[in-house]
Amino acid sequence: MIYARRAWIVLWKDLLVERRSREQLNALLFFCLVLLFLFQFALGPDRERLAAALPGLLWLGFILAGLLGLGRSFLVERENDCWEGLRLTPGDKSAIYLGKLAGNCVLMTAVELVLVVLFGVFYDVDLWTPAAPLALVLALGTVGLAAIGTLFAAMTSQVRARELLFPVLLLPVQVPVLLATVSATQALLLGQPLADVAHWIKLLAGADLVYVTIGLLTFEFVLEG
Amino acid sequence: MIAAQDLRKAYGPHVVIDGVSLALGAGQCLALLGANGAGKTTLLRILATLLRPTAGSLHLDGVDALREPDRVRPWLAIVAHGSHVYEDLTARENLRFWETLRGGDVSPARLMGALAEVDLDGVADERVRTFSAGMKRRLALARVRLGEARVLLLDEPFTGLDRRARKWVAEYLLAFKARGGAAVIATHGFGDGLGAVDRVGILGSGRLLVDRPTADLSAEELHRLYESLTDSVEDAG
Repeated sequence: MIYARRAWIVLWKDLLVERRSREQLNALLFFCLVLLFLFQFALGPDRERLAAALPGLLWLGFILAGLLGLGRSFLVERENDCWEGLRLTPGDKSAIYLGKLAGNCVLMTAVELVLVVLFGVFYDVDLWTPAAPLALVLALGTVGLAAIGTLFAAMTSQVRARELLFPVLLLPVQVPVLLATVSATQALLLGQPLADVAHWIKLLAGADLVYVTIGLLTFEFVLEG
Repeated sequence: MIAAQDLRKAYGPHVVIDGVSLALGAGQCLALLGANGAGKTTLLRILATLLRPTAGSLHLDGVDALREPDRVRPWLAIVAHGSHVYEDLTARENLRFWETLRGGDVSPARLMGALAEVDLDGVADERVRTFSAGMKRRLALARVRLGEARVLLLDEPFTGLDRRARKWVAEYLLAFKARGGAAVIATHGFGDGLGAVDRVGILGSGRLLVDRPTADLSAEELHRLYESLTDSVEDAG
């Protein structure tokens, strides 16, 4: 019960700080818009080309937005030495990781929802029919990206070259998640049923489980530096 | 309550803390004086279990703090330059956050009581971003009060504060001591809050050059001792 309360208060704090500062959300939404315009210009009106590239573009947008958002998620802890306050907090530090992870998932989901709607409108793609299975893939992909992203963001937040180091560390580890999410998204957009992408869903769920477990077990060591 | 023996901290060949030993009982306050770079903050961070010494031992209330930092952290508090406050949360929200993480009681009455103790109850629902340095430090001390800390470590607590705020911090220290707490203050200034101090230690080049009860020293003697010791350390360096 205390563990859940501790995780919840970290989530509550992160969302409240973000709601008041709007530092990340505003930047990410603007970034999504720029991305959409760039893709539109790059691909032109060719529908076939667009349909083939769309899953990759969609996840490229999520990944880039995720890199921007996740990379900054521990900077608020650097201000006024709050990081040290977290270190001195008694009890299981993995609750802090869980709260941070939940906060990052909420933020990424908000950006992804906007991006999906804009993709649907901009490229005139039917995202409504496969909405439920697509939501499952998005949710699993988001947890996978945020789980290890939260951990690496904590690791690199003390490093001077964090903007460079964070994606260099994160992207290679994300290969299974990216492979599964892009393949599953492509199949679902082509109208295939959920059963046809079950193997990708299983891979995603497995990767999520492994990444979250690693985060929970190692966060204390990362926090202690 | 605090027993440190032969503490040493080195970064490669550069020795920052060199064989510091000190002991402090309940209800006592030690002021660590020293010029910039003398090792005050490093020593404070070692005592706070935030930094591991290269050698030496540290016991807090009989517990080996280097081996079991999690056992001593619940009753240990440090207020350094950052004060551990979130700028975009209100004073009350900050207390609620840290107290929930600690597993304490976050009833509104308790939080407001702590804020009233540090004269911040009138601005409980204002964002910390609008606070002065003194107000932020008082908020940090409200957090210490809620956390029921028994060991308080203050790094330059009087820097950037006006006379009224400095007096307030000194009074807070007296009240903390009266409750049986042990406090260590790192400062490079004289006069500020030394009325609450029982012992004075002078650090120079990472060594504790002197550790004397304040009752044995007048302010002038202390000043002369400080000047002569820090000068001789600088000359030797």
